[in-house]
Amino acid sequence: MYKLEVTDLHKRYGSHEVLKGVSLAAKAGDVISIIGSSGSGKSTFLRCINLLEQPHAGQIQLNGEALKLVPGKDGALRAADDKQLQRLRSRLAMVFQHFNLWAHMNVLENVMEAPVHVLGMGKAEARDKAEHYLQKVGVAHRKSAYPAHMSGGEQQRVAIARALAMEPEVMLFDEPTSALDPELVGDVLKVMRDLAAEGRTMVVVTHEMGFAREVSNGLLFLHQGLVEEQGDPREVLANPQSQRLQQFLSGSLK
Amino acid sequence: MIFDYTVIWDSLPLYFGGVLVTLKLLAIALFFGLLLAIPLALMRTSRSPWVNGPAWLYTYVIRGTPMLVQLFLVYYGLAQFEAVRESVLWPYLSNATFCACVAFAINTSAYSAEILAGSLKATPHGEIEAARAMGMSRAKLYRRILLPSALRRALPQYSNEVIMMLHTTSLASIVTLIDITGAARTVSSQYYLPFEAFITAGLFYLCLTFILVRLFKVAERRWLAYLAPRRS
Repeated sequence: MYKLEVTDLHKRYGSHEVLKGVSLAAKAGDVISIIGSSGSGKSTFLRCINLLEQPHAGQIQLNGEALKLVPGKDGALRAADDKQLQRLRSRLAMVFQHFNLWAHMNVLENVMEAPVHVLGMGKAEARDKAEHYLQKVGVAHRKSAYPAHMSGGEQQRVAIARALAMEPEVMLFDEPTSALDPELVGDVLKVMRDLAAEGRTMVVVTHEMGFAREVSNGLLFLHQGLVEEQGDPREVLANPQSQRLQQFLSGSLK
Repeated sequence: MIFDYTVIWDSLPLYFGGVLVTLKLLAIALFFGLLLAIPLALMRTSRSPWVNGPAWLYTYVIRGTPMLVQLFLVYYGLAQFEAVRESVLWPYLSNATFCACVAFAINTSAYSAEILAGSLKATPHGEIEAARAMGMSRAKLYRRILLPSALRRALPQYSNEVIMMLHTTSLASIVTLIDITGAARTVSSQYYLPFEAFITAGLFYLCLTFILVRLFKVAERRWLAYLAPRRS
């Protein structure tokens, strides 16, 4: 039984087709890395999963429940049932490249916000959970600080704690370390590695080949909207079959 | 230069009465103005022309005409019509204080709506995405993320609007109300000492402005702490 199953996603912007039929299936505990060059559609694909972008064709299933989609204007699919979309989104947590913390709330309020106002959790319980997850990612000492007063690495770890506080089925990471300088990247990758070791289901769009190779157990290489190669990261990265993947890897330093 | 202090000293009760009238006008105008400005601002950020259009027209007309003209239209202009004079609203519309409050509230609602709409549009897009990705409904998004963030960021500009409104209330003296300026006009016409009369009025407005500025500083320290520079 797959936790997350995305089938044959298509997306175009006007006449430019960005996704030409990309599928992904994740079982519980899978950590799937999506790699590819800029413009390959990897972030777009990830954002279609929780409908931050509207695909033009395809199916999205979370824990066997299919998200009901109807065509809107321009042929783009939108959610048929808003309540279902909100519910499914609350079971998928996303960590963004630019953290996207709510600036007017401090760290603790950021992490408590969604559990209280989306899941309907009580404030005391939410606070306990928030402190627990902030402790887990190593920023509990900054719980009263505002995001603008924190470093990028701290902000991203708060964003991960915010995602964890929702206790999601699947976590989606959209280039989580791309906006961080190399010193801070390590802190965030360590947190993600620990999450993977715990058995969380994660889908990660990343440029960190080391993470893809060492931590994930599935790899998707996207090129121009199609899956060029996929499989076990250690095999695929050690022996790239397609020329494009060989070119892509030769360009990266790791 | 001779400054007649005794006249001013004797007229102080009149001025203090005027301060009360000014503050009353300001408070009522700001309260109803802001109450009206929030839905107007939300309408101004809508993509639907049916929602945005009427709000745009309202703010354009109100911001495009002088406050004095609007005040005269409400107080003198409406009284010209038989239908208004015989309507159930006449006791209110013939009252100068009511008319002044209505005109001031409408005026500040238009400016405040534009300030707030600009603030809403400038909300960082990522914060909105994060809220949607968490599963927040549209109403929750507005109530928890968009409006709190926009109202806070609008505070500095809104403080300007409040101070301008304080000075705009001086126009109430033109329609028979004895606010600070009204008191000054009374003293000026009674004693033929316009300089003393209006300098004193100016000093009263200065004091009130000082108090307002300090209040907003406190508010900004509380609600905009997140934008303050990092304390090392």
